[in-house]
Amino acid sequence: MTALRRFRPGAGWLSAYAFLYVVFLYLPVIFLPIFSINTAATPKFPLSGFTLKWYEDLPRTPALLDAAWNSLVVGVSASILATVFGILAARSITRYRYPGRRAINGLIMAPLVLPEVIVAISMLLVMLQLGLSLSLFTVVLGHVLVCIPYSMTVLTSGFEGFDRSLEEASADLGESAFGTFRRVTLPMVAPAIISSLLVCFTISLDEFIIAFFLTGTDATLPIYIWGQLRFASKLPGVLALGTLLLVASFLLMTVAEILRRRAARRTQNEGGLYA
Amino acid sequence: MTAAAEGSPARRMTRARRNALLQSEPVQGFALISPTFLYAVILLVLPILVVIAHSFWTQNYLTIDRTFTLENYRIALTEPIYRDLLWRSLYISLMVSFFTVVLAYPIAYFISFHGGRHKSLWLFLITIPFWTSYLLRVMSWKVILGYNGVLNSGLMGLGIIDEPSTALLYNSTAVIITLTHAWAAFAILPIFVSLEKVDRTLVEAAKDLGDGPLRSFLRVTLPLSVPGIISAALIVMIPTVGDYVTPKLVGGKDGVMIANAIQAQFGKASNWPLGAALSVTTMLIVTLIAGAMVLIIRAAQRLAR
Repeated sequence: MTALRRFRPGAGWLSAYAFLYVVFLYLPVIFLPIFSINTAATPKFPLSGFTLKWYEDLPRTPALLDAAWNSLVVGVSASILATVFGILAARSITRYRYPGRRAINGLIMAPLVLPEVIVAISMLLVMLQLGLSLSLFTVVLGHVLVCIPYSMTVLTSGFEGFDRSLEEASADLGESAFGTFRRVTLPMVAPAIISSLLVCFTISLDEFIIAFFLTGTDATLPIYIWGQLRFASKLPGVLALGTLLLVASFLLMTVAEILRRRAARRTQNEGGLYA
Repeated sequence: MTAAAEGSPARRMTRARRNALLQSEPVQGFALISPTFLYAVILLVLPILVVIAHSFWTQNYLTIDRTFTLENYRIALTEPIYRDLLWRSLYISLMVSFFTVVLAYPIAYFISFHGGRHKSLWLFLITIPFWTSYLLRVMSWKVILGYNGVLNSGLMGLGIIDEPSTALLYNSTAVIITLTHAWAAFAILPIFVSLEKVDRTLVEAAKDLGDGPLRSFLRVTLPLSVPGIISAALIVMIPTVGDYVTPKLVGGKDGVMIANAIQAQFGKASNWPLGAALSVTTMLIVTLIAGAMVLIIRAAQRLAR
């Protein structure tokens, strides 16, 4: 470790750059909370005074409460479904070797890199052709598709650290395949599964495009925000709501990351969620 | 192994079971992944096929005429509005992927080579803003660049400008800035992963053989991290071509992109086949450009050696 610590030329400049980069990443996001507690209705400097009235108005808006409830329903359903699909696929990818494995994995991961609008309108066309009426259900179907790749990544990093000899020992001791999964595999990968649920919920909570195309009359929180953006006078309320969403996403992702790391610690594959 | 142990019935059974397991491994693996696979086929492959089919049809008010035609593609490729939108979308996404990669590389390098014990903490710190709502991040740029926004009021407060500038918001530069910020983390991660794979002993060897830090970086580290650069550029370029929210919120008239035109065909304009043809054209062009980018960067990598 001492060899790593020794002075390297250029490290000073790089740290300065890293610091500035982090500022660039965080600065825009920080303006949302700042202006959500400002008395003025337009977001500009100098700040005019501290207030919490924009937050106090939030629970008095029925449309907003409906949207929050819808987002909760969609998020919980999508995260559970995506995680179940993710468990099956990640388990298959990490445990078995078979032809076509990479191609299937590529297809399942594809929504991650396809333009979202195209994914959304493709699903919209099929759903209209099938005569499905647009509702929160169709939004859930769409969110499950985009959440599965994230769920897969989290779960694969959790499953890969798994010592296969433990499963073999369990099988040798007479446990059935399902029994082994439930009593040996599941307890060990539980942190990864919870992490996947949280990641998927966060993505569904923040997802806009697919919800925008696939919902009928029911709005989720991002769609509600989108609708409010047309009215300049509603901006402070939107900033307050946005701040609450930021805090929620931040907390959920921090817990998810702690759990994922706990699950992946023994493999030491750092950045498994991102790699 | 003694003969007695070899002959014990329990062991033979275990071995038989293990052999059966090995033989059926592909079957089991495929059975396990098939629900997820089918879901992706039904909600991704099938829908894209339906879009491709629609792009060869025409629409009369509410009915779809299913006679084969290339008319939609003719419109998509020759009508000046769509052609311009396609070019602009490509230009914007190429600029964005260039800037994100150039800005992200030093950070990825810093974390990989100087991150020490805090690598995963750095990665977490850098990715956390990206788990927040995309819509909100775009909105915050609107707050920053707007006429009465943070930048204008700040610059006026400092006495640098006398009246708010309208040049900041509602143009393609605003779209490029916003998207560069929005996709930064996606560029850092693939580059970081490829830098982690660079064998440190090669860098040491280059130094021992007399290369300075810059030369060893250019001749060893950079060429070895090219796969990461390629995937970073692609992972940013492909989705940004089809971005809808950013042009709509900060692009104004000058920053409209192809996704906005596609959406209009499925909404107000209600011409599904044309919208489908625009989508297919976009996907094809993106695939071609992505292929070209891979070839160009690989060629540059060979020249650098």
